[in-house]
Amino acid sequence: MINLLAIDWLLLLEKLILIAIVILASLFIAMYETYAERKIAAFMQDRIGPNRAGPLGILQPLADGMKLFFKEEIIPNSSNKILFVLGPSLAMLTAMMTCAVVPWGGDINLFGRTISLQIADVNIGILYVFAIVSLGIYGVMIGGWSSNNKYSLLAALRGASQVISYELAMGLSLIALLMMSGSLSLKTIVAQQMQTHWNVLYQPLGFLIFFVCALAECNRTPFDLSEAENELNMGYHQEYSSMKLGFYLFAEYVNMFISSAIMATLFFGGYDIPFFNESAHTDWGNWLALLGIACFMLKIAIFIFLFMWIRWTVPRFRYDQLMNLGWKKLIPLALANMLITGAVILWLKK
Amino acid sequence: MTATEILFWFLSILALFSALMVLISKNPVHSVLWLIVVFFAISGHYILLNAQFLTIVNLIVYAGAIMVLFLFVIMLMNLNSNTEPQRNSLIKLAGVIGGCLLLTVMVSAVRSAGEVSNNRALMNEGDIGLIQNLGKILFTQYVVPFELSSVLFLSAMVGAVVIGKKE
Repeated sequence: MINLLAIDWLLLLEKLILIAIVILASLFIAMYETYAERKIAAFMQDRIGPNRAGPLGILQPLADGMKLFFKEEIIPNSSNKILFVLGPSLAMLTAMMTCAVVPWGGDINLFGRTISLQIADVNIGILYVFAIVSLGIYGVMIGGWSSNNKYSLLAALRGASQVISYELAMGLSLIALLMMSGSLSLKTIVAQQMQTHWNVLYQPLGFLIFFVCALAECNRTPFDLSEAENELNMGYHQEYSSMKLGFYLFAEYVNMFISSAIMATLFFGGYDIPFFNESAHTDWGNWLALLGIACFMLKIAIFIFLFMWIRWTVPRFRYDQLMNLGWKKLIPLALANMLITGAVILWLKK
Repeated sequence: MTATEILFWFLSILALFSALMVLISKNPVHSVLWLIVVFFAISGHYILLNAQFLTIVNLIVYAGAIMVLFLFVIMLMNLNSNTEPQRNSLIKLAGVIGGCLLLTVMVSAVRSAGEVSNNRALMNEGDIGLIQNLGKILFTQYVVPFELSSVLFLSAMVGAVVIGKKE
């Protein structure tokens, strides 16, 4: 007999609703990131940008999405069909999976239940993010290889080696942060920052390294070598068309949103409201939680703007420069940061 | 059957099926991808044993790093089905016999080991797999083997650099 009644069905329902909201919200935000990117690019290059669809071009992402859906779908004859479809699906899946451990806000009370605005508070939160980030490269590699095109394959290999290289520096820069917090749970890290100061004050170098690595992990300029169009035509998604191409492009924007959320959580207090003591205003209830979410979203928006600002300002690295920066500069810097943090912690404890 | 048992059987069947597919697949890239599925299924077993840290490290190290390098090498090799050397049947037979003998030795070694013969696996409980307990034990009780194995890794890295530098 199947005994499934032991499961708390209400909790399951609550989590399913939360997952649906988070996924829809990240897709919606990713959609408007494309609009923001075009508008910011236009502003920096002294143009107007999209302004035809709706007032101020606000419906442009919808029009772009419709265009991608209605385009003819071409699967190359010599490609590996199953893997060709699997590639963009994996890219999108891994982009969405990271949001499971991000604490989006404090607890809210609805219908007499206290609902945590985090899908899963696992005690290895940061490592989970790392695992998913390191799996994200399979979407690119499988897509590049199965297209059966030399340019795609080269771009995919470039992308994979870039992600592997920068993951190391990213992990090392986080070890210093973990030595201070003593916990891997993202919710605990946010709670600690709410009581004291934001981690960026204690770990400025760690944050800088993490930010550079996040740029590289998201394949954003100046690290977008896997889609360097002047060397590799279009990169790993050259053979893709229609919404499969759309998935690859879209996954990049979802990644950008999630990595901004991770950075805001780890270094900038997550849903902490700046210069405001939350524990003194617990009688505000749900409004306090909503205000926290608004602050979190604002922090994320600032990071996303920073990503775009950098994209339209800095030119692309050469491949050897990219590898030099990753292996010979960021990793030693991160190691030094780790040693200094350890020494300071020991000194303070004495 | 409880939910844990259903998950256990699902993950076991998935692990065995994809392990078979690793061997059966003609295309080496497919073999690597099936091997990644095997790692996922085994990580699922770790979660059932309440060892989240082992789960995630298994995913990061094996699925996230080592298998990417495997894919790298295999994608760069231009493997055609007709260039693969055909081994004769005597070697195949020897391989099968050798594999079966190894399996027998390993199964009997595990079954007769005193620590496991009388114990059952703890499902959904037991906290040795959590990062705090694992770290404490690794750095107190087992610190010498732990450091020795890290020296071993270092020597492997130095060896790789030496081989890579040699022209």
